[in-house]
Amino acid sequence: MSANPAILPRRGGVAGALSDAFWRHPGLLLFLMLTPPVLWLGIIYLGSLFALLAQSFFSIDEFSGLVQYEFTLKTYGELLRAQNLDVIVRTVVMAAIVTLAAAAVAFPIAYFAARYAKGKWKAFFYLAVMLPLWSSYLVKVYAWKLILAKEGILNWLLAKLHLTWLLEAWLSLPIVGGNSLSFSYTGTFLVFLYVWLPFMILPLQAALERVPGNLVEASSDLGAAPATTFRHVIFPLALPGLVAGSIFTFSLTLGDYIIPQIVGTSRLFIGQAVYAHQGTAGNIPLAAAFTVVPIVVMGFYLWGAKRLGAFDAM
Amino acid sequence: MRADRNERAPLPLTIAAAAGLLFLHLPILLIFVYAFTTEDKSYAWPPPGFTTKWFAVTWNRPDVWEALTLSVKVASISTAVALVLGTLCAAAVSRTKFFGRETISLLVILPIALPGIITGIALRSAFSLAEIPFSTWTIVLGHATFCVVVVYNNAVARFRRTSASLIEASMDLGADGFQTFRYVILPNIGTALLAGGMLAFALSFDEVIVTTFTAGQQATLPIWMLEELVRPRQRPVTNVVAMVVVIVTFLPILAAFYLTRDGDQIAGAGK
Repeated sequence: MSANPAILPRRGGVAGALSDAFWRHPGLLLFLMLTPPVLWLGIIYLGSLFALLAQSFFSIDEFSGLVQYEFTLKTYGELLRAQNLDVIVRTVVMAAIVTLAAAAVAFPIAYFAARYAKGKWKAFFYLAVMLPLWSSYLVKVYAWKLILAKEGILNWLLAKLHLTWLLEAWLSLPIVGGNSLSFSYTGTFLVFLYVWLPFMILPLQAALERVPGNLVEASSDLGAAPATTFRHVIFPLALPGLVAGSIFTFSLTLGDYIIPQIVGTSRLFIGQAVYAHQGTAGNIPLAAAFTVVPIVVMGFYLWGAKRLGAFDAM
Repeated sequence: MRADRNERAPLPLTIAAAAGLLFLHLPILLIFVYAFTTEDKSYAWPPPGFTTKWFAVTWNRPDVWEALTLSVKVASISTAVALVLGTLCAAAVSRTKFFGRETISLLVILPIALPGIITGIALRSAFSLAEIPFSTWTIVLGHATFCVVVVYNNAVARFRRTSASLIEASMDLGADGFQTFRYVILPNIGTALLAGGMLAFALSFDEVIVTTFTAGQQATLPIWMLEELVRPRQRPVTNVVAMVVVIVTFLPILAAFYLTRDGDQIAGAGK
């Protein structure tokens, strides 16, 4: 019986030598694996991001319209002008309302899917959320343009139900109203809610799946009404998922510029302001300063979310 | 949450959940009806009649074909780049612990966590600073950057479930690093990569916000749609294109779902 040698001879050939080298020096392999993605993301993405942020500290000459490459905080001061502040407040309020509404609509779906759907139904619910999530963003916006159009299905339905007066009453309200649904904040809100809703359902469902069923039963055994159980048991346990979902709905609404452009009033949102300033106006510094707003808002939001433990629920 | 007994859901909850799902799906179904309408001037409902002639009209439109070709080209190249970069990153992060590991994961997720408009305008101003003219490649550069995360998420999840002892066993049995990769690692992560690649393709195929900043004069299919949305010229053609886009994006999603179904990771959780 001949024993194999414990230490094999080195492998021949380039591939063999390389393979041995990687085995002996795992750090080398790690370095080679990390270099391409880090270079790509570091140079292309972070590089351009920092170049953009740096430009927010420049200003634009009001007479010549040329960018002055000197450090200044003047551009940030311009953000505080009434018209620009309006844009920021409008966007943040819209993002907050969309987030709250998305939480309210998403909860029953997520709760049903997590607690009562089994087997086939579970897969059905999963796909039913996944397909709208991944289907084309523009097609979804387009679908709402069809729905909200004056001659569209919603007005037709309301007319059939003899509820047109209700819509008219709603549209005559200040702020939320307007000429028609496609030219009002209500329309913008509906489309935002629709497009970002799946992003709320998924993390919420993930959090609800982890709520032990016997806790709910124990709560009702101890005499709590369903509402009390919800308030004191389910809601606190689902909160991290809710916050995780709200990160998506909030951040996506903050940065979107296409939906308010297609459905809504002519008043600008942050994304549209950025687009307008960098495009025709050529005011890159102000556009860059505007993009800092969502970054800062999201920074605070993520910091708060982390404290609530939302990242474990993603 | 799992109850031990078979419970029935309370009726109000069932109604609310069903209403929510209808809210998610009816608008998309509406697209299918509008693709067949005979009305070509407005979005009138109910459709006055049904016809399939708009499919032929769309088929003969060169601008639609050009946009489609460009979209497929951009999505394919971006997916290929994202597959390589995402897999490398996932392998490095999941196999070893090293300094800055958390930073790397953050770096990968950042392009999708920050609003797309920031990525878009940052790239655009970088291109103009570096005097790079807009081309298909500038679009690819942007798309590949945010597609990496989808591949990365799928691959990381699979690496986590693949036992490291398999790799050690392969090495012990005398395979070199490349053989181990070819015969042990690749078959194990293959379906995850396929799923990640399909999702990356769908993501790139559908992207509009970053693309508006990096495309110059060229139009991908979403850019074409956006122009039709802002200034409608031929509504019936847009209806047909919208329906085709829905069908084309559904197929990879369904496929990705079946490929990662038994996994612990939700295929699209990182979008």
